[in-house]
Amino acid sequence: MNEFPRWKYVLVAVVLLLGVLYGIPNLFPQQPAVQISANRGATVDEALKEKAQGVLEKGKIPFQRVELQNEHVIVRFAGVDDQTKGSDALRTELGDSYIVALNLVSTVPPWMRAIGANAMPLGLDLRGGVHFLMQVDDKDVMDKQLQRYGDDIRSALRDKNIRYQSVGRGGPGLVVQFRSAEDRDAALTVIQSKMPDLTIATGQTVGEAYTLNASVKDTRIKEIAQNTIRQNVTTLRNRINALGVAEPLIQQQGDTRIVVELAGVQDPGEAKKVLGTIATLEYHAVDETVSNPFEAERTGQVPPDSRIYHRRERGADGKPIPIVLKKKVIVSGDEMVDASSAPDPQSGTPAVSVVLNAAGGRKMLDFTTQNVGKPMAVVYIERTPETKVIDGKEVRSAKVTEEVINSATIRGVFSNRFQTTGLSSNKESSDLALLLRSGSLAAPIDIVEERVIGPSMGQDNIEKGIKAVILGLAAVLVFMAFYYWLFGLIADVALFFNLVLLLAIMSAIGVTLTMPGIAGIVLTLGMAIDANVLICERVREELRNGSTPLAAIRAGYDKAWATILDANVTHLLAALALMTLGSGPIRGFGVTLFIGILTSMFTSVTVTHAITNLVHGGRKLKGLYVGGGYARGAA
Amino acid sequence: MELFPSNSKIDFLGWRKVSIVISIILMIVSISLITTRGLNYALDFTGGVLVEVTYEQPVEIGQVRDALEKGDIHNALVQSLGGTREVSIRLQPEGGQKDADKIATNVLEKLKAARPDVTLKRHDFVGPQVGEELKGDGMIAVVFVIIGIMIYIGIRFEKRFAIAAIASEFHDTILTVGFFAATQREFDLTVLASVLAVVGYSINDKVVVFDRVRELFRSSRKADSYEVLNRAINQTLSRTIMTSLTTALSMFALYFFGGPAVHGFALTMLIGIVIGTLSSFFFANPILYWLGVSKKDLMPVTRENPELARRP
Repeated sequence: MNEFPRWKYVLVAVVLLLGVLYGIPNLFPQQPAVQISANRGATVDEALKEKAQGVLEKGKIPFQRVELQNEHVIVRFAGVDDQTKGSDALRTELGDSYIVALNLVSTVPPWMRAIGANAMPLGLDLRGGVHFLMQVDDKDVMDKQLQRYGDDIRSALRDKNIRYQSVGRGGPGLVVQFRSAEDRDAALTVIQSKMPDLTIATGQTVGEAYTLNASVKDTRIKEIAQNTIRQNVTTLRNRINALGVAEPLIQQQGDTRIVVELAGVQDPGEAKKVLGTIATLEYHAVDETVSNPFEAERTGQVPPDSRIYHRRERGADGKPIPIVLKKKVIVSGDEMVDASSAPDPQSGTPAVSVVLNAAGGRKMLDFTTQNVGKPMAVVYIERTPETKVIDGKEVRSAKVTEEVINSATIRGVFSNRFQTTGLSSNKESSDLALLLRSGSLAAPIDIVEERVIGPSMGQDNIEKGIKAVILGLAAVLVFMAFYYWLFGLIADVALFFNLVLLLAIMSAIGVTLTMPGIAGIVLTLGMAIDANVLICERVREELRNGSTPLAAIRAGYDKAWATILDANVTHLLAALALMTLGSGPIRGFGVTLFIGILTSMFTSVTVTHAITNLVHGGRKLKGLYVGGGYARGAA
Repeated sequence: MELFPSNSKIDFLGWRKVSIVISIILMIVSISLITTRGLNYALDFTGGVLVEVTYEQPVEIGQVRDALEKGDIHNALVQSLGGTREVSIRLQPEGGQKDADKIATNVLEKLKAARPDVTLKRHDFVGPQVGEELKGDGMIAVVFVIIGIMIYIGIRFEKRFAIAAIASEFHDTILTVGFFAATQREFDLTVLASVLAVVGYSINDKVVVFDRVRELFRSSRKADSYEVLNRAINQTLSRTIMTSLTTALSMFALYFFGGPAVHGFALTMLIGIVIGTLSSFFFANPILYWLGVSKKDLMPVTRENPELARRP
């Protein structure tokens, strides 16, 4: 009579076991810790780990364990007091090369973490912090690009001796005017062949003026927009790292937005200041009269028209490498229109190609004509605005950081287009291109959304959320057991495992838990039982119609399945829409609901069927009690 | 135990004229409320600044308003967050987004001047364009859900079922949103999410009844649609009410213990459960009846679906 295949029992057992394994990390409490990560160029290794340990031992600060994890050194403490003392000591001793941040780390044993069993990360509404949504204004960047295309058209026409009246902005792109139709047609062919990024068409002819309309192709516009946002995300990440926040979230959202979430930060002012930093670039000649920059740095003796700068990379001693540059700026960042990483067409080695505007091109031509064979360096400058109160007055100043990001030898005379080669890897070339762009093409960023959640509110939300889940679950469990007796209890076991599985899957794929997510969990608990209600009601009906108990069970599951499937698929559609179209809290809710529907289909049908068969299948049944529908009959 | 007699023979369709008229009146009232009074959109949709504060001792809303007025902060919307100690203050700043922090600190300062036992719980700033987009996204999500469900039911059942389901979804959504327009409770992102969840819940209900309708049509020899529809509701009555009860139980837990962040969510769901359940009995099936669904509409499907053909 028992038709339930053995492999299904195995499947149920394995899934439940995995569910418990991956769900359990959420029960481990979190522990105060200090996270040490590298700032510009410094390395995180065993030596740092030992050094940190040494610092704490010297200061007699009790700590539990020092670990090397991915790119960080994590120091665990027993309490918050030790954590504060420890981070203060580490911050002073390790200096600027490392970022020391307070963090909460999981106490999940390492073997569990090794198999990917981690606790769910908590959203800002559950742990406090600041959330920014930033809008990147790429109009500015587009303007600059159009200006560059205008310059290019002018010089191309001049090269071919085609007479034009004017090149100016008009409509969505550029308008070029000519005196004759011949000039216009000749120009059309030239521009089309030379500038594949532009769509070009003849415009209206008014009197003696013949025009061409040029606009940037959509694919290129998209590319520009993508580059702009990607570069903003990267620069923001670099700057936020300097804030000393453990695990910041910096993510692109949509085409022009960036989300920044900083857990644990309570004062958005400090963060905003860093986000508002302005970056620029300067090309300088390297002063070759100074043979030993280290010596120059020690003595402080440099020619009056030169200055000591430092390279971004650090030397063997961990200190920045000095380099002496001429003070005069050859070209600055606002004269640059593009920088992109692409292999050198001749040698195939990594390279960065740079495009300057017409004015920058002329200056570069002047300089390179006289300086072939000499080195030239690029300085990356960041200005962070600061407001200090001195004698009761607000004084505005800026903290300036300067770094030499590249120095290369001038191989030939060039003007507005040139390449920097000799880079060691593709990563180095893309990093350099990115820095060049962030120093020149940085689009203005506006904060369009800001949310600050206090730490006590986060704690409060967690407690309330857990309470709601437990009480919601308990209410449904009691009600089901009371109404359907044994069948209800079996459904209860399944519902409990549904919660475990839901949490396990959310943890395993790393869904961030938020308050709407918790609401989704509670809702899932209330609705998941629906499948069991359907089954129980069907079994009762079958019993009423005179079926034997086992036949009733079989028919009940069989008939209910079609209904359960239809009902759940439509429900999944609703969850899918919440997931794909909603943003922020709606998404978190949708994801929870979606996973919940899937797990509930498994637990309430397969798991309960397995248990029912274990209970009833092995023996002959005289009767079956499903709450109301009691039947007696020969099995 | 059994709450409902297993052989109930309630003539739900007999009330169809009354029930549909009531439904239509309710829909008209809801639509006119939504269009005339509008929804009390929360910060998520309107943009602006929201400051939430906690007092150590109970406080009255009037006290908070007075403190703000005295501090030269006007046009602030002060609301209690459930309980007597937590208050939310909403403002539409004129100076634009850059002063969001300053506004929050200013509000706190003015409140501290009146009562020192106040602390800042959180503050939010949302730009106006973000809110507009969210409204648009929400609408798209609702439309997408409705169309997706219509297609699925059209394929799995029959087009008349799809029409009846969509009409009821529309009915349920309008009535739920209408409740928010009538009570002027805050309509925020979580409430929007729960409106979509109501759609999901209610369609679940309809599908279960439709499923039974299909089964009865196929199994009975002389299928009178009036009788079949009534029997389908009666046979699934126990299940419909049981599931509403369990879902409502979990939502009560969320409402009473989940805190202010999910209040709106739980409340919307509770209302949606009532509306969705009633519309299964009194709205979806009458429409199905008027659309003239019959045994022969459902038979051809069996040939295409061998799994269903096996069934009696």
